[in-house]
Amino acid sequence: MGTYERTLRKSLDWNLVLTYLALILIGWINIYASVHSSEPSTIFDFEFRSGKQFVWILTSIGLALFILFALNPKFWPTVSLPAYILVLGLLVAVIFLGTEVKGSRSWFNFGVVSFQPAEVSKITTSLLLALIMSRPSFKLSRTRDFFITALVIGLPMLVILAESETGSALVYVGFILVLYREGLSGWTLVAIGMTILIFILTLTCSPLVSVITLIGLISLFNAFDSGRPGRWLLTFVPLIILMAFLPKIFAALADNPSIPEIVKGIKPLWVIVGVSLLCMPFLMVKAWRVKDRFLQLSCLGFIAGVLMVFSTDFIFNNVLQDHQRKRIEVLLGMKDDPSGVGYNVNQSMIAIGSGGFAGKGFLNGTQTTYGFVPEQSTDFIFCTVGEEWGFLGCALVILLYVMMIWRIIHDAERSREPFTRIYGYCVAACIFMHLFINIGMTIGLMPVIGIPLPFLSYGGSSLWAFTIMLFIFIALDRQEKKYF
Amino acid sequence: MQESNLRSRNLVIGLAVAAGILLVKLFMIQILDDKYKTDAKNNSMVYDIIYPTRGVIYDRFGKIIVGNKVAYDILVTPRETEKFDTLLLASALGQDPDFIRAKMDEYQRNRKKIGFQTMTLLKQVPPETYMKFAEIQYKFPGFKGQVRSIRDYPINAGGNLLGYVSEVDADYIKKHPEHYRSGDYAGKTGIEAAREEDLRGEKGYHIYLRNSHNQIQTRYLDGEMDKEAIPGHDIITTIDAELQQYGQELMRNKVGSVVAIEPKTGEILAMVSSPGISVDQLADISKHYKEIAANPYRPMFNRTVQASYPPGSVFKLVNGLIGLEEGVLTPDMRYPCNHGYPYGSHKLGCHGHPSPLDLEQAVMMSCNGYFCYVLKSILENRKKYATTADAFDKWREYVLSMGFGRKLGSDFPSELGGNIPTSKYYNRVYGKGGWKFTTIISLSIGQGEIGVTPLQIANLSATVANRGYYVIPHIVKESEGVVLDDQFKERQYTMVDTLQYRKVIQGMWRAVNSGFGSGGTASIAAVPGLDICGKTGTAQNPRGADNSVFICFAPKDDPKIAIAAYIENAGFGATWACPIASLMVEKYLRREISEDRKYLEDRVLEGNLMSRVKTD
Repeated sequence: MGTYERTLRKSLDWNLVLTYLALILIGWINIYASVHSSEPSTIFDFEFRSGKQFVWILTSIGLALFILFALNPKFWPTVSLPAYILVLGLLVAVIFLGTEVKGSRSWFNFGVVSFQPAEVSKITTSLLLALIMSRPSFKLSRTRDFFITALVIGLPMLVILAESETGSALVYVGFILVLYREGLSGWTLVAIGMTILIFILTLTCSPLVSVITLIGLISLFNAFDSGRPGRWLLTFVPLIILMAFLPKIFAALADNPSIPEIVKGIKPLWVIVGVSLLCMPFLMVKAWRVKDRFLQLSCLGFIAGVLMVFSTDFIFNNVLQDHQRKRIEVLLGMKDDPSGVGYNVNQSMIAIGSGGFAGKGFLNGTQTTYGFVPEQSTDFIFCTVGEEWGFLGCALVILLYVMMIWRIIHDAERSREPFTRIYGYCVAACIFMHLFINIGMTIGLMPVIGIPLPFLSYGGSSLWAFTIMLFIFIALDRQEKKYF
Repeated sequence: MQESNLRSRNLVIGLAVAAGILLVKLFMIQILDDKYKTDAKNNSMVYDIIYPTRGVIYDRFGKIIVGNKVAYDILVTPRETEKFDTLLLASALGQDPDFIRAKMDEYQRNRKKIGFQTMTLLKQVPPETYMKFAEIQYKFPGFKGQVRSIRDYPINAGGNLLGYVSEVDADYIKKHPEHYRSGDYAGKTGIEAAREEDLRGEKGYHIYLRNSHNQIQTRYLDGEMDKEAIPGHDIITTIDAELQQYGQELMRNKVGSVVAIEPKTGEILAMVSSPGISVDQLADISKHYKEIAANPYRPMFNRTVQASYPPGSVFKLVNGLIGLEEGVLTPDMRYPCNHGYPYGSHKLGCHGHPSPLDLEQAVMMSCNGYFCYVLKSILENRKKYATTADAFDKWREYVLSMGFGRKLGSDFPSELGGNIPTSKYYNRVYGKGGWKFTTIISLSIGQGEIGVTPLQIANLSATVANRGYYVIPHIVKESEGVVLDDQFKERQYTMVDTLQYRKVIQGMWRAVNSGFGSGGTASIAAVPGLDICGKTGTAQNPRGADNSVFICFAPKDDPKIAIAAYIENAGFGATWACPIASLMVEKYLRREISEDRKYLEDRVLEGNLMSRVKTD
């Protein structure tokens, strides 16, 4: 055994490489199954997507080898900025020069090969983030650094939104996890979670429920922050119960003839919002006098929350596009629609659900081969896994992803170069977002957002991008081995 | 270090929780919930589309002019077929066996693309043929019939008016993605197109579940999610089917239009464009389309609303009315005419008649010279207007108020606006100030740069009949479920006062009812007791003989019908347009033609003017 092979075997994170190989293999087999019909053809038949995917896989492995052995990992920090600017330019250019596919303009079409700049943009954004955040002087809590970071993430995200690729843009939200690791307050994550919660509550229940939830949660967090959860139980819990019964009390009083009509016109929501907004100035004066930053932010957060409750309707009806609104309505159960928007999800859930515990076996799926599930080899590839391999197959695939992501985090934490660590977290966050959004969509947890499942979905653009992204990290990590 | 380790740990926990959520949901739908397995038999939904019947079209008296009849599409799902007896199937369907073989070969070639889809083998098979097929259907798995309702025409009320229904193409679906899918039908022209939204109804569907062997198993949720088809709304038109039919017979072998309107309501009673499409061709338009398109007389072209002609002498009424309203003409003003109106070294010719004439006589005898004086006095009215151009713009305003030079806004599709020139146009052609009355003298008698449609001429007739207003001509009456736009109920007043109309109407009455030899141009239109008022026109046609034009309305004091006939290359107005229009009036008001006018009817029915029309 030569020296070269020994170093290779020792320095490469084989866990990641093997998980990667396992995932692309599973993807390839399932693409074959999803395009397979009763016409006999081999998995290499170039007329089918499975044959084409074989070519994508071979070229991807070629790319991986090239990144591992032909490029010096030091190369990556130096190209970060120019690559980022170049791809940002492509993202803008594609709006004007790209071909339109299903209402969004995000693909460059070169005859046989199409290319989506949004796929590559994830890599360049990660590289640039790693570059700026790894500078020794960088501090996320400093306003200037924070804004530069937000700009690096926000620019490509906005351009992708302009391309109407909402799904790809959503992936960028995942970078917040990286920021969290690098020192962003955990409450930011909580705030984002609450924003989504309030949005959903306002749409599905009522603004009243949203406002009460807002009061309850913010006061609870404050109680924990100031270390007095007991007092919260005594004061806020009865208050919230009272607020919850307010509509009932109002309804009971409405029958009383002695109350003038003007008073009856008052709605419970106005009372709660009015009273709590009246309390705000007092709380704010207190917060700024004792310099309680948490309380300050809580007050601002509450006001923002109330504004959001009242603008949700506007956002939902005027900002979101028609198809997105319908998808959210179906997801939240506001509208039942088995033939329209709900069709994809319904068919996809039937396919996965019918797989049962162990699945129907390779090539025995009927839902996917009959073509009931749309986009079955690209965005809905997980349906084929679910139908033919059952819960066991699904669990295996999810576990492989979890292993991959966990392993990336593990390597990143072990790293001594901040560049490698931050880049690693970016890769982990992107894979995680794709994984959760894509699988969540096929099983009805998320609205139908068209983004591929990394390594599994059919398509050269996506496979190449994720391969490059992952192997840059493996290469960076391999270089670090010299420390151990 | 401590802090970042904590954060790293939190993120890993978050990852585990997220993966856990996915696994729990998967566990629920794959193992706990049987809904998705439906007895572990891999069912899936099949939508069986139910097509609504199209709305029926009635005439104004409740007679069906377009109905429906049943036909069948023969469908085949190639994947479900087995080896079958091609000869037996072909004979049952009345087809050549080679046709079936060719179709099946085609499906075989495209099998990958087709997959499990169902294809349409034959369209619109009549019920008798379908019955033969249904008896032996059990021998042909994969084949089935689907009910479609197709159009049926009990009487020939005119293909151009009714319009045809045909299968939607990709462009059409793209424009209306909500309502149409490939294989659907939609109205493309005429009433069918104008009221497509009312007529089409709403498709329904039954949802079935299919098992892994691709056999239909049961109704999905016991039919709870099914939707029944909603039939289209019936349409009551303003058309008098009998009159329409009669008009088509009269117009046979002639090129041109007849449009009849009920003046008070603006309801179109008949709308004939000749040569037109017959309803037999309409029923199976795709088969006849080539033949129709190749016809040099362009039967597809609906002349009533799409042809723009010079109106000829009927336009003298417009000039006369404007002159009266402008105060430059009074009924007893007399102008001389000695075979025309001389100007410079030119002369605008006229036929022989007594001279000088007053307004009434000028209308009655259709004097060219008289109306040259009228337009001259309008345009050279320096007391009111500084320049000819100013006076001309005012004149144009009047003309537009009478429904010319713009679309009338009828509910009938593809209406043309025609053309009334502007002073700007003449400034462009002759230079500013480079033109005067004599430059545009031919406008006096409805020649020159004017273009109007037969519908607009008929509308003029209705306007005169109403003494100064019209209701926008329309073809659909309000009925249950069919809303009529308010604009079809309002009176549109012209800029000329009601009083002025009376002065020209007497001339129109005398044109018809003065008897032969009196100089009246339309004596042949007279029907005793009907009090028809009319105005002839002879419009120059650069392609051969003059066009014959006639407008009239009757009875004079309570008009029930106003009509315009415009016959291409038919010569004097009195020769063809006048008899045709008057026969239509008689038919509508008396429901039959009197004995002593039968000779006229026969002459018109036998008349063939096609050879006069240039087709190249």
